[in-house]
Amino acid sequence: MTQQTAPPVVEMTGISVEFPPVKALDGVDLHLRPGEIHALMGENGAGKSTLIKALTGIYSPTAGTILVDGVERRFTGPADARAHGISTVYQEVNLCENLTVAENIMLGAEPRLLGGLNWRAMRRQAAVHLEHMGLDIDPASSLGSHSLAVQQLVAICRATVGDCKVLILDEPTSSLDTDEVEHLFTVMRALRDDGVAILFVSHFLDQIYEVSDRMTVLRNGGLVGEFVTADLPAAELVQHMIGRSMEVLEAAEEVVEHAERPAGATPLLQVVGLGRKGSVQPFDLDLYEGEVVGLAGLLGSGRTELARLLTGADRADVGQARVAGKPTRLRTPRVAMGHGIAYTSEDRKGEGVVDGLTVRENIVLALQAERGWMRPLPRKQVDELVAKYIQQLGIRPANPEALLRNLSGGNQQKVLLARWLATAPRLLVLDEPTRGIDVGAKAEIQKLVADLAADGMSVVFISAELEEVLRISHRITVMRDRRKVAEIDGGGATMDQVVDLIAGGGTK
Amino acid sequence: MTTSAPARTPRKLGGVKIPTRLDRRYLPVVGTFVVLALMLIVGGSRYENFLTPAVVSNLFINNAHLIVLAVGMTFVILTGGIDLSVGSVLALSTVITAALLQAGWPPAVVIPVAVAAGTVIGLAHGVMIHYFQVQPFVATLAGMFFARGLCFLIAPESIAIDNASFAELATWVQIFGEWRMTSSVLIALIVLGLGFVVLHLTRFGRTVYAIGGGEQSALLMGLPVARTKVLAYVVSGTCAGLGGLLFAMAQRSGYSLTGVGMELDAIAAVVIGGTLLTGGTGFVLGSVLGVLVLGLIQTIITFEGTLSSWWTRIVIGVLLLIFVLLQRALTLRRT
Amino acid sequence: MTNLLRHYLFWPVAALVALLVANTVARPSFLAITIRDGHLFGAPIDILRTTAPLLLVALGMTLVIATRGIDLSVGAVVAVSGAVALSHLASSPNPESPVTVLTAVGLALALCLVLGVWNGFLVSALGIQPIIATLILMTAGRGVAMLITGGMITTVNSAPFKVLGSGFWLGLPVAAVLAFGVFAVVAFVVRRTALGMLLEATGINPAASRLSGVRSKTLTWTVYAASGLFAGLAGLLISADTMAADANNAGLFIELDAILAVVIGGTALSGGKFNLSGTLVGALVIATLERTVTVLGISPLVTPLFMALVVIAVTLLQSPRMRERLTAATRRPVATTPPEPQPAARPDSTEVKTR
Ligand SMILES: Nc1ncnc2c1ncn2[C@@H]1O[C@H](COP(=O)(O)OP(=O)(O)OP(=O)(O)O)[C@@H](O)[C@H]1O
Ligand SMILES: [Mg+2]
Repeated sequence: MTQQTAPPVVEMTGISVEFPPVKALDGVDLHLRPGEIHALMGENGAGKSTLIKALTGIYSPTAGTILVDGVERRFTGPADARAHGISTVYQEVNLCENLTVAENIMLGAEPRLLGGLNWRAMRRQAAVHLEHMGLDIDPASSLGSHSLAVQQLVAICRATVGDCKVLILDEPTSSLDTDEVEHLFTVMRALRDDGVAILFVSHFLDQIYEVSDRMTVLRNGGLVGEFVTADLPAAELVQHMIGRSMEVLEAAEEVVEHAERPAGATPLLQVVGLGRKGSVQPFDLDLYEGEVVGLAGLLGSGRTELARLLTGADRADVGQARVAGKPTRLRTPRVAMGHGIAYTSEDRKGEGVVDGLTVRENIVLALQAERGWMRPLPRKQVDELVAKYIQQLGIRPANPEALLRNLSGGNQQKVLLARWLATAPRLLVLDEPTRGIDVGAKAEIQKLVADLAADGMSVVFISAELEEVLRISHRITVMRDRRKVAEIDGGGATMDQVVDLIAGGGTK
Repeated sequence: MTTSAPARTPRKLGGVKIPTRLDRRYLPVVGTFVVLALMLIVGGSRYENFLTPAVVSNLFINNAHLIVLAVGMTFVILTGGIDLSVGSVLALSTVITAALLQAGWPPAVVIPVAVAAGTVIGLAHGVMIHYFQVQPFVATLAGMFFARGLCFLIAPESIAIDNASFAELATWVQIFGEWRMTSSVLIALIVLGLGFVVLHLTRFGRTVYAIGGGEQSALLMGLPVARTKVLAYVVSGTCAGLGGLLFAMAQRSGYSLTGVGMELDAIAAVVIGGTLLTGGTGFVLGSVLGVLVLGLIQTIITFEGTLSSWWTRIVIGVLLLIFVLLQRALTLRRT
Repeated sequence: MTNLLRHYLFWPVAALVALLVANTVARPSFLAITIRDGHLFGAPIDILRTTAPLLLVALGMTLVIATRGIDLSVGAVVAVSGAVALSHLASSPNPESPVTVLTAVGLALALCLVLGVWNGFLVSALGIQPIIATLILMTAGRGVAMLITGGMITTVNSAPFKVLGSGFWLGLPVAAVLAFGVFAVVAFVVRRTALGMLLEATGINPAASRLSGVRSKTLTWTVYAASGLFAGLAGLLISADTMAADANNAGLFIELDAILAVVIGGTALSGGKFNLSGTLVGALVIATLERTVTVLGISPLVTPLFMALVVIAVTLLQSPRMRERLTAATRRPVATTPPEPQPAARPDSTEVKTR
């Protein structure tokens, strides 16, 4: 399908971007042809998002040229790029939650009436775009009332409004379910067949192989090369990306050992009939030491809400909780932390990172908060702790004093993980811990989780990626329509079985 | 397809989508409105002649300038900024009006000049805030000193206005039964209408909201952030200039010490009207309700009559508190 | 050189130096300090003394601003504090007795602490927007102060109390020693414990802080209480200086000066990272500026204009864009476009999301 002969719409050569002292990009080339889906690959912090931002004028490159349709350009910003037919969906959803869905989609290309906005036409047109994306939501509802996944799809809708010849999608699939991804791919393929050039970033290799025609691989801000997807085996791709062989990945492939739980053991956390109106129906759950419990379910099935009740992030209306046999009320995160329960939120930007603080401060935040302000951690201990996690999780740049907002998305996620590991919890509830994380690091994290469980930690693992849940869980709890519908043994479970349960076809 | 909209799912009724409950965005405004109504009723039952057209008309007449200021302030606060200069700019406008009229200029020239003074100061704020990234609080604080300083330079003493045609404009009044509407109320209502239309029916207005919702997002969405932000301060400055004109019409004089602390009244009105200082949520109609609440508090004080000046302040504070608490309770219960 | 120019304290300190130079040029003896009766005298000492109340108020304000709040009520609290102390002295049979003075001080500070706690209650427990929550006390507070003084300007003679305002200790003004001492202690506590970091986290991302177990509400509450207490102390210094409690004018507009001091010192009003040392310099700049106006013989009519121009100059020079220009210019003699990429989204254009 690739039109090898067509001249590129976008031709970037020798692009360098610096954030002194970091050189985020060093002489990178990118050729986008009309009618192709081009994957941009690389580890967390490789410079993918930076390359995109250099193209659309958010960062100005210190070297290199950008040709669009053969004309040299330096865009002054997203508006300018858009005016030249380049639409972008950036990595973090960048829409305005306070506006309606219709406005978020149409603003900038809105239909007019007597010089003003034509709200009716705006809603109608927005509805059409939403339908294209397979979304059935009210265009007049405010964006903030929708889940992250819906917001992501709305952002893509926005990018496809008007005529664009280049569509850039920076990790659009990280918060989507399989169905939604499939739908997105259908839309992408249709656009490609219309001659649109699509630049696509994702850390899911299977998605890349499913949809992309060609790819450009970056490593550490440098260009590794440009490849035709069909000609590049996955193993080689990974090697190009991480500069190491697949061994790391294989290490995590080994199935988790199923140490027999001693009969009659007291659960670390036992909840009975825990629920919250409008959020999740009452459910029972036992969590044991040394065990990973996976939570599977579609977006909005209540898996996050369940996790929030377990960890005091939300307060339950009904039900009881026992920690190591003792009844407790998990009223606040702080109370939960007191019992050794830690929770990483799926909403990295809103509830996770403190972006104005440094990597060091973000890592010690929870530990320090637990100790109270009067007992500061000794500096030496802090430095050791931070150095340990930077090394263990491969946080880049490995500079404890870097501001968190200057880290790439995946690296921010690793910092969050480090924050909770530093508190040495007894129960770790991980909500989408691998979202936006590259293949290498994902394998590392899975391995880490398995190791932690082997050392006696109890882990709840939530992920939209079923394979991942299946791979590392001892037990799997399936959620549907805000209810716990099943609990199955992780060892014997098959993919199809779980998919059935999630969709509602399986045994009750 | 999963669409999880926990907060609010529209029910479909024969193809028409009906929101299942009142949109959360309107709650604070509705809260303000309810409390305002309560205040009117309580006042009406407590004092004779409280709930009369004359009192309500006066409420508008006495606060016309504040309505105009609040409309302008709403734009700025919606972008997430603040404009501390409006009180001083209002004073500057009264002083310019009075001084130029005294110098024999015709009102047809003086009026645009006085308003334009506000526009220029607003523009300067916008440029400082957007292009030099000075924090709005500081930039407009400097503007506040600056305008006040100009006032003193032009005329330290109060200047009376005795221009006949200006007086004619100021005393223009429409009477409908017991209701009265002066020229300044008319102007204030027109400004309000314009403000409403601009905020809700133009791209500029929606961009104002978008910036308040997240400046970076608005920028990445490709919206004209720079222009809009500057323009919001221009609107506020212009409104302050116009407010000064209305004030000069009411007082028939220009005085460099008018409007000290008026910026806080304007800000309070906007916030009471349900606009968040963090930007992005709120309505210009709410701001006007806020002005009316403040005005009503003053009215209640005059009806109370016998209060010493310190009790007046305490009562204003307490009423403000009661109001804020009621509004808070109303919005909390529904969320 | 470039690093120096980029330092957040560079321009505030430069402004301070420039003001001192201007004063010295206008009056060569400006910087002279003489010793009389074992006490230090001279304009710089005066500046230290006049900085004292502002510094205290700005100290509280910095902490409040760090949590993304603002405290407009400090001026009213200053008035209340003076009113309480002086009324107690005036009504006591023996205003000269140290016990009476101590009770007066204790009463005033206790009441101001209560006022601060009240603000904290509105903001942290009830979730009212800080500007409105503190506006209530700003309005009512002066009424309370007038109520206490009965609407008059209370004056009293009490030597031990007067020491607070115009006494000397080890040759230095007591007011300055107190204010700088409190400042130093608070700065030490904030930076040596984890308090500073936890406050910043609360200011930057309250939701994330809560999930991380930070007691955000308690912290917020505490900073408002502290702000009230410091404003109360400032009120004592001010009233002891004049030995009069003027409910209408004591501490008038001190909230604006304090906020200005905080901002000049490089702390953003959007909360988060704060610089106490910057606030110190900011307060000194403002006090020196006021002094400069008298030294240069600027007519009171032009004073606001003069203040405006200085503030505009300092803030413009401090602005990120100017800094970029200047650093670019120092790196290469001919200023071209700045070589660094300019992230269009500034780090300090903080987004505040409220759901
Ligand atoms: N504004 C900035 N200031 C300083 N450094 C930055 C800034 N933006 C990015 N960087 C650095 O540039 C490098 C590349 O970041 P980028 O966001 O492009 O990575 P990425 O490939 O998109 O990673 P991910 O897969 O995690 O999204 C990182 O080391 C990051 O820390
Ligand atoms: Mg990225």
